[in-house]
Amino acid sequence: MATPMLRWCCPGRRWIFAGIGGGSRHGRGVPTGSTSSGKRGQSSVAQQPLITAQKPRKGEREWAAVVGLEIHAQIASNSKLFSGSQVDFAAPPNSLVSFFDASLPGTLPVLNRRCVEAAVMTGLALDCHINRKSLFDRKHYFYADLPAGYQITQQRLPIAVNGSLAYSVCVGQRWSQMVTRTVGVKQIQLEQDSGKSLHDNLRSQTLIDLNRAGVGLLEVVLEPDMSCGEEAAAAIRELQLILQALGTSQANMAEGQLRVDANISVHHPGEPLGVRTEVKNLNSARFLAKAIDYEIQRQISELENGGKILNETRSFDYKLGCTVPMRDKEGKQDYRFMPEPNLPPLLLYDSGSLPTGADPQQVIDIDQLREQLPELPRVTREKLVRQYGMRPEHSFALLNEVGLLEFFQNVMKETRAEPKKVTSWVLNTFLGFLKQQNLAVSESPVTPSALAELLDLLDRKAISSSAAKQAQCVKTRKNSILIKGGLPPHLQPHLTVSGGHKVPGTQRTLTNKHPEG
Amino acid sequence: MLGRTLREVSAALKQGQVTPTELCQRCLSLIKKTKFLNAYITVSEEVALKQAEESEKRYKKGLSLGDLDGIPVAVKDNFSTAGIETTCASNMLKGYVPPYNATVVQKLLDQGALLMGKTNLDEFAMGSGSTDGIFGPVKNPWSYSKQYREKRKQKSHGENEDSDWLITGGSSGGSAAAVSAFTCFAALGSDTGGSTRNPAAHCGVVGLKPSYGLVSRHGLIPLVNSMDVPGTLTRCVDDAATVLGILAGHDPKDSTTIQDPVKPFTLPSLTDVSKLCIGIPKEYLTPALSSEVRSLWSKAANLFESEGAKVIEVSLPHTSYSIVCYHVLCTSEVASNMARFDGLEYGHRCDTDVSTEAMYAATRREGFNDVVRERILSGNFFLLKENYENYFVKAQKVRRLIARDFVNVFNSGVDVLLTPTTLSEAVPHTEFIREDNRTRSAQNDIFTQAVNMAGLPAVSVPMALSSQGLPIGLQFIGRAFCDQQLLTVAKWFEKRVQFPVIQLQELMDDCSSIFENEKLASVSLK
Repeated sequence: MATPMLRWCCPGRRWIFAGIGGGSRHGRGVPTGSTSSGKRGQSSVAQQPLITAQKPRKGEREWAAVVGLEIHAQIASNSKLFSGSQVDFAAPPNSLVSFFDASLPGTLPVLNRRCVEAAVMTGLALDCHINRKSLFDRKHYFYADLPAGYQITQQRLPIAVNGSLAYSVCVGQRWSQMVTRTVGVKQIQLEQDSGKSLHDNLRSQTLIDLNRAGVGLLEVVLEPDMSCGEEAAAAIRELQLILQALGTSQANMAEGQLRVDANISVHHPGEPLGVRTEVKNLNSARFLAKAIDYEIQRQISELENGGKILNETRSFDYKLGCTVPMRDKEGKQDYRFMPEPNLPPLLLYDSGSLPTGADPQQVIDIDQLREQLPELPRVTREKLVRQYGMRPEHSFALLNEVGLLEFFQNVMKETRAEPKKVTSWVLNTFLGFLKQQNLAVSESPVTPSALAELLDLLDRKAISSSAAKQAQCVKTRKNSILIKGGLPPHLQPHLTVSGGHKVPGTQRTLTNKHPEG
Repeated sequence: MLGRTLREVSAALKQGQVTPTELCQRCLSLIKKTKFLNAYITVSEEVALKQAEESEKRYKKGLSLGDLDGIPVAVKDNFSTAGIETTCASNMLKGYVPPYNATVVQKLLDQGALLMGKTNLDEFAMGSGSTDGIFGPVKNPWSYSKQYREKRKQKSHGENEDSDWLITGGSSGGSAAAVSAFTCFAALGSDTGGSTRNPAAHCGVVGLKPSYGLVSRHGLIPLVNSMDVPGTLTRCVDDAATVLGILAGHDPKDSTTIQDPVKPFTLPSLTDVSKLCIGIPKEYLTPALSSEVRSLWSKAANLFESEGAKVIEVSLPHTSYSIVCYHVLCTSEVASNMARFDGLEYGHRCDTDVSTEAMYAATRREGFNDVVRERILSGNFFLLKENYENYFVKAQKVRRLIARDFVNVFNSGVDVLLTPTTLSEAVPHTEFIREDNRTRSAQNDIFTQAVNMAGLPAVSVPMALSSQGLPIGLQFIGRAFCDQQLLTVAKWFEKRVQFPVIQLQELMDDCSSIFENEKLASVSLK
């Protein structure tokens, strides 16, 4: 059986696959593939050279995969994109629905300034060109959770274009071997979210919740510059961090604040791109990577076996770990795009073009937003490396967990311990403990001060390393860690994790500020 | 009292010659008497009487809210009215009671106006006759006027007068008829291609289409968002100015309204027109124009010239493309705007529950009439990916050229354009329905729709009666946002031509007999 085999994956830009004994086969799904090019195995696709660590065996042909992503990020704003309804994901169904959200006839959209600012800030953070004039369009389709029968989006002239997103992936087995890659940001557009359909199969009913209808989304389109699931996942992770740093989106994938669709195709290097499929319903970075890699394999397998790739939408079944075609009765949709007549062109200004005497509430100054941009994760990491002599991968790890960097910095403020030691403690012992207890950093029973204290004790060699590790895990019912300073070695056993036992001989109480514990 | 203008009756209210409740009751009783006109879809009697009571209290305390306090008004049934059914004369919205007021309705109510009811129209304002709504056609009050009847008696004998009634024009025919038949003092219409000016001309009232962006569309159930403007139907130009002064201005709920503050204004009485330049667009002299309208048009031009105004022939070269361009843009927006009527959130829903798709299809099949469905179908065709460039984009370009025609003319020093409003006077219903809706709309909107594409203000002012004793109106078109200047010129003209008041006394006296006859004839309508 000619099972396609994954020959090797990154460090190249692309995955190289080799179908065993499949040298002469051509996927009929590749519409314009030239079978007589004779340029087998040559890497002439795209700008990035194809790095081949291993030469394909004679008679085998390489495959290159191309992955592009479309991301929908819910904008963190108090009200919806075009109405005054509140945005709150925990509200009872249909409790946050304005007349506009329910598409009552005669209602009109009014653009939310905060959403525009979020889009501009995101565009600036991704090195985009911010269009001084952008337009809104209607995209039509009938669906029960789309009350107006169209979605207002920015198809023709989006708010931001031509940016880039730098992300890092490991290239070897070791974390330390990280390389930075860049993916192009084609565009960022503002658009409305739809409502939610809740299918009650028992009663064959569909219930509609319009709370989400009209919530502002940033659609970020990433160029097909990626070639495997890992790259896509890393790019998404970095985008998440950027959105969170900007505060433009909570970007939590599990909660649907960040939704990713992947466009995937495979082709022989040197030949035109293959037919692509779109994979939807990817609600975690891990599943995104899995789904993409599965889909790449599937396509290769399909083509190697003389099959054809259909331009279709597939969804990822995370239980089975595979992609399946989505049932689409309608077939191909024609969205009948049309300019949204109720919204004038969105005009943005910079400090040079700001109209004199303009009401500051009515105009948006790009330069002013640029000044307000917070430090981006990339810069934060560089600073950590510079300031503490930290290894780059540790800087990544510190940023990857919400609140961990702040925790680290707070520990640093209060301890005399070496940064290296603190980093190691925070990333290994502390984080390991949290993972084990399934806690978020904000839920940690250990305060930065407590850890700082502990590290100081350790530094003074007042306690041993293993005792300190145990001490960290101790918590009491009063949510505090009790440590006796200058504890003699024979008392160490008292510090073992003991389900809230009090440490005898307490001299000081380090209070935990967090309510949980 | 009911025959007075808004200004006059407002003065009478202030002087205590009449109370709001008396006025309201008189209008209500006339609405009942003229029910056969079919001008109203919903008569909001209770609401009006309650509002009258409130108004009366204010007058007693000397705390009148202004010129509109206690004045009976009517609103076209495509403006949302909180708590009052708003149907758009369509099965789709039968029984739909909006939870909010359109901004223009709210503004009228805030001024103390009394809402008499919701007026009839073509379904979703798609038409130029007020004949194509589910509640049946509107009858032109002039059909029953002394002026028309006397002429008819001379001409033809023995014909059944009542079966030969005239259309009002449309689509705001109900509002025009309501004002013309004295059942209210002002009414709101909507104007997308001439829907306010056309019935105004046919019913002998003043129909104003303000500049696009001057008056909020929030709550107006749209036909073509980029062309719709709330319009006014009044007995005189001054009244139009009064109502416009109240309606105009920025609305945070409509992003296409102008930001600049608009102050209420009163029109100056122009005495000298020698500094005016009146443009006569030569392309508007079409063969289809009736000789009577043509001669009145030149008479009007001569009037201005004889009083010292400069009257020049101008060219709007892209006029002939306006109808087809309008068709593409209108149907495309209609296709889009009507997508929301799917039976889910509000309005009609069919009994089919096989699938959501089947429910959509049946609901829309049952809810919309042929005219609406035809426009949806055409519009979706024009918006298809393969057609978009060839139709929609081209039509947008032509629209720009049409708009530029006007800009060029106004830049050349013309202050106001003078044109006919309609090809002829109102025609009998029997004659009107010989053509289909699309052909009729194309014919009847010829002088009016280019104005909507350019977003300009325009007003139809009744000039004289035709040989048949029917009103003929002429249209003035002004520069964008120069509505006040436009109305000032219109007021001067109105004063000069002294259009006769409709003589409905006969109707009022024996309307009960007409009503009885009509009742039999119109049983099948509802």
